[in-house]
Amino acid sequence: MRLEVDIKGKTFRSAAGGIQEVLAPVKFALQSGEVGVLIGPSGCGKSTMLRIILGLDPEFSGGVARPPQARIGMVFQEPRLLPWRSVEQNVRLAAPGVADAKLAELFRILELEAHRDHFPGELSLGLARRVALARAFAVEPDLLVMDEPLASLDDALASRLRDEIATLVASRPVMTLLVTHSLDDAIRLGDRLFFLSPRPARIMREVPITIPRAERSEADLGRIKGELARLQLESK
Amino acid sequence: MLRLLSFALLLGTWWTAALFVGGAKLPAPPAVLHVMIAEASSGALFLHLGATLARVALAFTLAMSIGSAIGYLMGRVKLADRLGDPWLILLLNLPALVVIVLAYIWAGLTEAAAIAAIAINKLPTAIVTLREGARALDRSLDEMARVFAMPRWRAFRHVVLPQLAPYIAASARSGLSLVWKIVLVAELLGRPNGVGFEIGVAFQLFDTPRLLAYSLTFAAVVLVIETLLVQPFETRANRWRPRAA
Repeated sequence: MRLEVDIKGKTFRSAAGGIQEVLAPVKFALQSGEVGVLIGPSGCGKSTMLRIILGLDPEFSGGVARPPQARIGMVFQEPRLLPWRSVEQNVRLAAPGVADAKLAELFRILELEAHRDHFPGELSLGLARRVALARAFAVEPDLLVMDEPLASLDDALASRLRDEIATLVASRPVMTLLVTHSLDDAIRLGDRLFFLSPRPARIMREVPITIPRAERSEADLGRIKGELARLQLESK
Repeated sequence: MLRLLSFALLLGTWWTAALFVGGAKLPAPPAVLHVMIAEASSGALFLHLGATLARVALAFTLAMSIGSAIGYLMGRVKLADRLGDPWLILLLNLPALVVIVLAYIWAGLTEAAAIAAIAINKLPTAIVTLREGARALDRSLDEMARVFAMPRWRAFRHVVLPQLAPYIAASARSGLSLVWKIVLVAELLGRPNGVGFEIGVAFQLFDTPRLLAYSLTFAAVVLVIETLLVQPFETRANRWRPRAA
């Protein structure tokens, strides 16, 4: 499976009546098993880009080729849970086919076992984010899109969840698109990093990471980080 | 307990007032109770009450289902809103009496005319409330349902309906009270049975005990339906909200 994004541009009319350009031409493709990471300053149009890729926003010029039968798992920036359904129901409604064992496993990994029957209003933001992750994983997606999934989680949990995401991505051929602010998350998870410019967003630089995810040592990560820092200095 | 006390106070006031005004204008509670028992044992009370309740149930269901559907559509589809709005404003401001009289003139003094007239009176308020509810729907949850490819019916049932539930409850409650009021007028003007008809007869005979007996029984039934049907529904629809301390 393959995701091809070829956005020629996106504008929207502001309340004052002016026309604002949100996205410049953006073009990239993603294969099954690949993790693409979008990194950019906040407000640069990343979320708009995701909405277009997910098919939520048809008003743009250009095209997005998504396999029509692809199952999508999405972790929104805000958890977007149904407040009137329990944690378990929230997951099951998105993934009706999920096996009990699989669900139990997910809840165990994300430490949600004690919260199965709670309503989202009773959860902290960190917990709600984990439910959103469980929901996205439970559908066994072909295309997994995550918009800052690890923001506002403590470091220990964030790093564990990062490992879980890596495991999931490795376990099935899934195309993953991750939006993040954290360079650390990007180089630990990503195969290809797309650095975006401020609004209107375009891809300033595409950096592939050739070492397979599982084999990246701390030394490798440090070196990649150093290289990225140097590249960014050059571009300024 | 407090409710009981409040009720006793009401009864006490009534009784005292009856002593001052005199039995012809305001009969004391025992006199009214006597008529109630007499009417109940002859079966007339239940017959009339049943006829009225059946009309309420039919008109209410009709107005709620059609009104909710139209309101939802108008809240969701801009074109429907713009097309329907003038009709809505007309219906909202049409006096109940006009609708009832016209319905009897056009459709004859029939059961269908009565029920339609009551339903038409309730319809616009249901539409307005549900339209507000549909407008307030959370778009981000809609998007979530779309991304996860939830089938339409599942999304409607689990994403949309719970958001509309408070509006449906509000519309049911205000609508029910509206229907209670209008059904009696419709019966008074054109039906040969029902509480409204009996009250009309009592009015012509200046039979205050009979008038009060029917009105109070009717009020009691309304109260029972409120506590047993409407309030539990509201509680259930709101059970996910964190309770106020």
